[in-house]
Amino acid sequence: MAIRLVFLGRLEDAAGASEREVATAPSLDALYAGLEPDLAAALQADRIKLAHNGALLRAGDAPQLTDGDELAFLPPVSGG
Amino acid sequence: MPGLDVRLASTAFDPAAELAAFTAGHPQAGGVVSFLGQVRAEAPGSAVEALELRHYGPLTLPAMRDLGTAVLERWVLEGLLIVHRSGVMVAGDPIVLVAAAARHRRDAFAAADFAMDHLKSESWFWKREKVAGQWRWIEPRAQDFEDLARWS
Repeated sequence: MAIRLVFLGRLEDAAGASEREVATAPSLDALYAGLEPDLAAALQADRIKLAHNGALLRAGDAPQLTDGDELAFLPPVSGG
Repeated sequence: MPGLDVRLASTAFDPAAELAAFTAGHPQAGGVVSFLGQVRAEAPGSAVEALELRHYGPLTLPAMRDLGTAVLERWVLEGLLIVHRSGVMVAGDPIVLVAAAARHRRDAFAAADFAMDHLKSESWFWKREKVAGQWRWIEPRAQDFEDLARWS
């Protein structure tokens, strides 16, 4: 089973796709460790917000990840 | 209880028809203030061929509904309409329509202005432009945050 990563805005370019499935990792740190270093850095940059299964996380939150979860990486919005 | 109609449109919408239906639905309003945002035509020679707005399903529409609810709590309205596009658009396409119906015009003007400032700076949309066949993501504008600060 896997975790689905969703990349919004310019993070899509960093990841090379708007979505990606990765092997389930227990924590964000473990998940980042399995990604390309450049992408992991882009996802952890200042002002990138995260949503876990559709709910926004606050800075410092450390969600427990399980199979089938969705993590969305949200750079600053650029309006309508 | 004022009516709230908030929608995310993945294909083109007709602002005149939306506004006519909204106005007809609020006969008790003394005025309707609306704002239509459209994709601007660039100067001749500019290479912007298309604009795309991406959204994130679990957040974008729920946050737009929350904004609509906040607007209804802040001003005395008969109704509020918000329609916002996602997807690929070209010059002249409508992007966003906000309409506020109120018994008195000042509430309608302020409510529409507030809703637009918050939609522009806080709603979950990411924009990119296609220039010379290449898509590039657009970063947030400082002006949008200054507009938002008017209300705090």
